[in-house]
Amino acid sequence: MVSSEGLIKARDLTKKFGSFTAVDHINFDVYKGECLGFLGPNGAGKTTTVRMIYCFSPVTEGDLSVAGMNVSTHSGEIKRMVGVAPQEDNLDPDFTVIKNLQVYARYFDISKAEAAKRAIELLKFFQLEEKQTKSIDELSTGMKRRLIIARALINQPQILLLDEPTTGLDPQGRHIVWDEIRSLLKQGVTIILTTHYMDEAAALCDRVIIIDNGKIIETGVPQKLIKEHVGEDVLEVAFNEVILKALKEELPDADIEIFGDQIRVFVNRHGVFERILKKFPGVNMSIRNANLEDVFLKLTGRKLRE
Amino acid sequence: MKESSNPPLVSRLPRLTFRVWTVWRRNFDVFMKTWHVNFLPSLIEPVLYLLAFGFGLGTFVTNIEGISYIQWIAPGLVAITVMYGSFFECTYGSFVRMYFQRTFDAIIATPINVEEVIAGELLWGATRATFNSAIVLAVVAAFGLISTPWFLAMLPVAFFGGLLFASLGMCFTALAPNIDFFNYPTFLLITPMFLISNTFIPLASFPSQLQTIALAVLPLTHVADLSRVLVVGKIETLGGLAPEWVLALAVFWIAVVTVLFFVLSIYLMKRRLIK
Repeated sequence: MVSSEGLIKARDLTKKFGSFTAVDHINFDVYKGECLGFLGPNGAGKTTTVRMIYCFSPVTEGDLSVAGMNVSTHSGEIKRMVGVAPQEDNLDPDFTVIKNLQVYARYFDISKAEAAKRAIELLKFFQLEEKQTKSIDELSTGMKRRLIIARALINQPQILLLDEPTTGLDPQGRHIVWDEIRSLLKQGVTIILTTHYMDEAAALCDRVIIIDNGKIIETGVPQKLIKEHVGEDVLEVAFNEVILKALKEELPDADIEIFGDQIRVFVNRHGVFERILKKFPGVNMSIRNANLEDVFLKLTGRKLRE
Repeated sequence: MKESSNPPLVSRLPRLTFRVWTVWRRNFDVFMKTWHVNFLPSLIEPVLYLLAFGFGLGTFVTNIEGISYIQWIAPGLVAITVMYGSFFECTYGSFVRMYFQRTFDAIIATPINVEEVIAGELLWGATRATFNSAIVLAVVAAFGLISTPWFLAMLPVAFFGGLLFASLGMCFTALAPNIDFFNYPTFLLITPMFLISNTFIPLASFPSQLQTIALAVLPLTHVADLSRVLVVGKIETLGGLAPEWVLALAVFWIAVVTVLFFVLSIYLMKRRLIK
């Protein structure tokens, strides 16, 4: 479903808060029908970027356009075609579940009858139908999250912005949200999501933009990024001078890095580590698939959730 | 459709469209959910004031400018209702929606811009003042204290006076670091006005300098003056001004200051909310 048509274009996009640069001259395109993930630690500039896309935060420098329209001159038209599910819960506690959707629809000039119809459809899709007359306080965190996404869809947006859609959810809640995001993608909605969960980005996104300190440090397809930067497998072992020396001798072409009290060895092919395991029978070593977290770690030298 | 655009933060007049109505309607819907509780204070408070001040204090104060004390304070109660209804709606009420509920952030993500959100809040504040004063007028009427059919004109006065206090309150909301901050304007501005703005005590009996100050800077004085003439049919000379000039000043003052605070409060809120 991904087309080559650039729906969102950012050129030298910059956002400053006083002397602090939150987003620093970034360039990216979002294509129609894709799921693009902004991946990075807290404070990296993900939310600020999303806020500029939906015309909440004014752009300090550079250009940002959505469907060919400049965000600083066409906010009304842009907001009409975008759905926003913010990170924080800003559901209206003064209303019931269904009334939240209906009142929100009114802000888009959607007629009462149409709003009622869409509200029911959305509640069905997000499995919240039985909760429709409940107050917001009675919902679990996961249900609130799904209602926020449902609300973001009330105007049938072409672009859906999901700012950390699963932060704070239990594993079950996360998987429900993931399934729903996947079926929205099948329906052709373009999705931009921010996350600091690597597995989430890998599971949902066609492409990820890794962002840190307001700058893009890498862009690409998750699996390709992993292969390119960290290879197939990772071997982890507690730091030990002797083992480090032995590993370097055994694997002269491997990438060996030390993170805190851990040695990590990255290789490009499967099966290399079996030999090592046999060689150090008493040592507690583990082998796992490389993931986006390793890419981030490799690129920044830092753990993601710090 | 450029009317709903949200251009960079520059000082200019607010850009408003009919969508202001949807923000107003949101608050109206919440209000109607618990309308019986919301109307109760407006019903009970004036009864208590009329009993305590009118019948109680009224036994000592026999008449003011030819009318009984209870009749004299009745329009003051209407004016106070206008002030309380709108000021508290756009301070505590708006602050809760803005800060704790993040309702404004949610609305700004739709085609409605921040200026329209604040304008909707202000119009809602004015509406509450109108609703509340309608009830107080009914109570005052039930006590037989209305002398002219012009009292109906008090409803539009309540709306515009309400808009004035709503805008004033919204300026404080834009500057409030936390909800306790509202104690300052309440005790330094609202309570003094409650007492000296020609509501319970005739302003004409204060020293002339104080009369001039009340006419120059205290918004409630003007609402109370208009209320008195519309409910009782007459008003005394104040600050050296003949009654007709007092009324002309009231209309002019409310019109000009309402526009100023309306624009200022939207500007201040935009500065607070747009980051």
